[in-house]
Amino acid sequence: MTATATALPVSAEGRWITACLSERLMPERGVAVLLPNGDQAALFRTHDGTLYAIDNIDPFSRAAVLARGIVGDRSGEPTVASPMLKQIFSLRTGACLDVPEVRQRTYRVREHGGRIDVRTHPDEAPQ
Amino acid sequence: MRQLVVIGNGMVGHRLVEAVLDRDSGMAWHIVVLGEEPRPAYDRVALSSYFDGAAETDLRMGDLRADDRVELRLGERATGIDRGARTVTTSAGTTLHYDALVLATGSAPFVPPVPGHDLPGCHVYRTIDDLEAITATARGTGTGVVIGGGLLGLEAANALRLLGLRAHVVEMAPWLMPRQVDEGGGALLGQLIEDTGVTVHAGAELRAVEPGDNGQAAHVRLGEDTRIDAGLVVFSVGIRPRDELARAAGLELGPRGGAAVDAACRTSDPAIYSVGECASIEGTVYGLVAPGNAMAEVVADRLAGGEATFTGADTSTKLKLLGIDVASFGDAHAETPGALEVVLNDAPGRRYAKLVVSDDAATLLGGILVGDASAYAGLRPLVGHELPGDPLDLVAPGRTGGGVGVGALPDEAQVCSCHAVTKGAIRSAIANGAADVPALKGCTKAGTGCGSCIPMLKNLLADAGVEQASALCEHFAHSRAELVEIVLATGIATFSELIAKHGTGRGCDVCKPAVASILASFGGGHILEGEQAALQDTNDHFLANLQRNGTYSVVPRIPGGEITPDKLIVIGEVARDFGLYTKITGGQRIDLFGARVEQLPAIWGRLVEAGFESGHAYGKALRTVKSCVGTTWCRYGVQDSVGMAIELELRYRGLRSPHKIKAAVSGCARECAEARGKDFGVIATENGWNLYVGGNGGFTPRHAELLASDLDSETLIRYIDRFLMFYIRTADRLQRTAAWIEAMEGGLDHLYSVVVEDGLGIAAELEAAMARHVACYSDEWRGVLQDPEKLARFVSFANAPEAPDPTITFETEREQPVPAGPVALGMPSRRPPAGGDTAHTGSAQPQTMEV
Repeated sequence: MTATATALPVSAEGRWITACLSERLMPERGVAVLLPNGDQAALFRTHDGTLYAIDNIDPFSRAAVLARGIVGDRSGEPTVASPMLKQIFSLRTGACLDVPEVRQRTYRVREHGGRIDVRTHPDEAPQ
Repeated sequence: MRQLVVIGNGMVGHRLVEAVLDRDSGMAWHIVVLGEEPRPAYDRVALSSYFDGAAETDLRMGDLRADDRVELRLGERATGIDRGARTVTTSAGTTLHYDALVLATGSAPFVPPVPGHDLPGCHVYRTIDDLEAITATARGTGTGVVIGGGLLGLEAANALRLLGLRAHVVEMAPWLMPRQVDEGGGALLGQLIEDTGVTVHAGAELRAVEPGDNGQAAHVRLGEDTRIDAGLVVFSVGIRPRDELARAAGLELGPRGGAAVDAACRTSDPAIYSVGECASIEGTVYGLVAPGNAMAEVVADRLAGGEATFTGADTSTKLKLLGIDVASFGDAHAETPGALEVVLNDAPGRRYAKLVVSDDAATLLGGILVGDASAYAGLRPLVGHELPGDPLDLVAPGRTGGGVGVGALPDEAQVCSCHAVTKGAIRSAIANGAADVPALKGCTKAGTGCGSCIPMLKNLLADAGVEQASALCEHFAHSRAELVEIVLATGIATFSELIAKHGTGRGCDVCKPAVASILASFGGGHILEGEQAALQDTNDHFLANLQRNGTYSVVPRIPGGEITPDKLIVIGEVARDFGLYTKITGGQRIDLFGARVEQLPAIWGRLVEAGFESGHAYGKALRTVKSCVGTTWCRYGVQDSVGMAIELELRYRGLRSPHKIKAAVSGCARECAEARGKDFGVIATENGWNLYVGGNGGFTPRHAELLASDLDSETLIRYIDRFLMFYIRTADRLQRTAAWIEAMEGGLDHLYSVVVEDGLGIAAELEAAMARHVACYSDEWRGVLQDPEKLARFVSFANAPEAPDPTITFETEREQPVPAGPVALGMPSRRPPAGGDTAHTGSAQPQTMEV
């Protein structure tokens, strides 16, 4: 059972839901996850196996597309580029690295028994 | 709207109109331009290039008719001005009202009234009509004489030489170009000009032009005892302002003619302005384009309500005459009281340089350079500023490796004197995002005049850290072309291996698609196979084009734009059954919009079954080869353009490249397929095909240029194979063919050498690479439909494969579905909430229309 990328405590709110089988999530290629309340998370696995999830809706275009962006890094920070207008987001913090005042919410992710789970509610935002 | 009438459509009149349009954001002016010549404004400064292969269209300035606010009346002369009624009458009998009037009538060449000055065979050198007349006379004689050894006279001598004549230049002053250079510079200039085969007669007095038996000019008599046998004479001794209209209207004139104007370029009638060579500003008539442009800017500012004044003009000159560098700038003749001169007269090195400095030797005032004017770009902006070092080092950089760097210039120094652009203005344009010379030209106009400041623009870009540019991104220090070489040399077939051995980090949205494209161009295999899938941007990943609401559009290939009714019906049925918005594209095919990712396999299942294949509208790849109907149907066609277009489109389909590639084939010179607007364009001739390369539409439209003529079909295809593969190997990421050719050392000539003459000896290799592409092609969509693992990726949600994305909704416009609501692209309207589940931005659950 592997834990998630961030060290924040799991939010008391929400629960885990299964996103997909482990084999379904290719390194550096995201998938979208529909959450019970209608929100969407973009779920990623980086090349070193770390899992991340952030809001799937691109705040700049309002389209649900971040899971379809290109995963890479900027100066070592794992990132995804919006496929719409190419803004870069940190997978770790959800922060938009091009527009500092914009931040996506992040979601806790875990992998166990050949499945990947995502938390139904986002993390508390870091201050 | 108020009406501005501009009399004259020369360079300065043209500039005036452009400057008014630039400032007139409120659409306050309607502009009527009267031009007595039958053609729109052209670059008179470059006239001699007309004899060097340039066409009239190459000399043209921007087309004013593209702007609705301008009415350009060519071949129509102003015949009178009624200042009381504020009207202008024209040779067409029209009366035009004006709220403001600008006289930009220019000047007429002065012809000295010597005997024989008006014989047939005597010409002036000012308009394209003059050039045509000179060309006609040149056919009947072997020798031509230019009267006047100034700037324009030497240009004319060059023109005669290019026409194959023996040329003589006659100058009354003791040396050539007396206005620009001093005796020392003039002496060297005379020698250098004679070295080119032009005979110089300095200090010579023209007595007469004498006729031969046929009544044509046959001899030119100088002084007492010199007679030159010449059937062609060109007068270029000076200009006279064209001030007939001003004179007849009762406007005040300057002491040497020309409408007298104040510092606002206003004549004695405040509703009438005058600019350029027909204006006398503070008693001076300027015969150069730079002061004229400065006056045009003043008037444009005044018409927009500004307060600009003419503050004097930079009469600096740099030119290459007959291959000889001559430059003159600032106070070249040391007329400032107390001015000192520093002179380098290097006879064996064939160069002369003089700097004029202030009496304390601290400030540069002006200078003259002959033979080698490479120091000009650095020196001219320094005029009026403190010298950065020993003046001798500045003119003889070889001595200490010095020379003036652009870094030494203050921000207020003018870098482009043609358009009065300072170093500060250029630096701020760079800070605002201008990243290359074309961008700087576009936003500052610097470099669009004589072009001598372009090296400085490059240096300023480099100084600002902009134009290092060969590194692809932070992950690769290589350019795209270098990565191609690495991939070809090492056989590396994955991104992971390439970045591990030749890069750093894990890549990004710049390098991953670029490497994916290289691997696809030279490796083959399906673009979604294995690790390659994670390199593709979303369009390539879903083999469709992402639209603003997260849906995709679908474009089946329709080679050459030819399609059967049955296939057309299938496209219609698919669009109807999946609720897709349908539009005809510019590339003669059909785009189906609004498909959700999970619909794409079903849509393509139907299309592939009907015989369609991917159109690669989503890829940096060959898009279409457009065609006209050619000989099959057209009364005018001379070749089968549709057949050729289909052959080319099928040959190059699926070819991944640095940017999209568009092409077209026209069946005759009428060019209905618009082939010259394409990366490669083929135009039929009676004897075969002409191949044009490097055209595009888009942000900076460009016409393709002729690479080879009258090719048979086999040679045509061989040349296109070479052209495309050479482009794919050596272009930068996202560089269209036009920019690629422009950036290539040697430009089109070099491309010709590689593609046609096989100058690099790589033609066989390029052809073999294309042959591999052709042999390995398979339809990408068929490949996906046959592979369950790839198909599984076509879902909106990994945990709910059947569920459509609830954020995608449509409304109906003109009977078709379009994205619902205005979608604001840009900054988020509000900051997403900081956690919690009470307020979710963008996750409202709208009703989804079933489509």
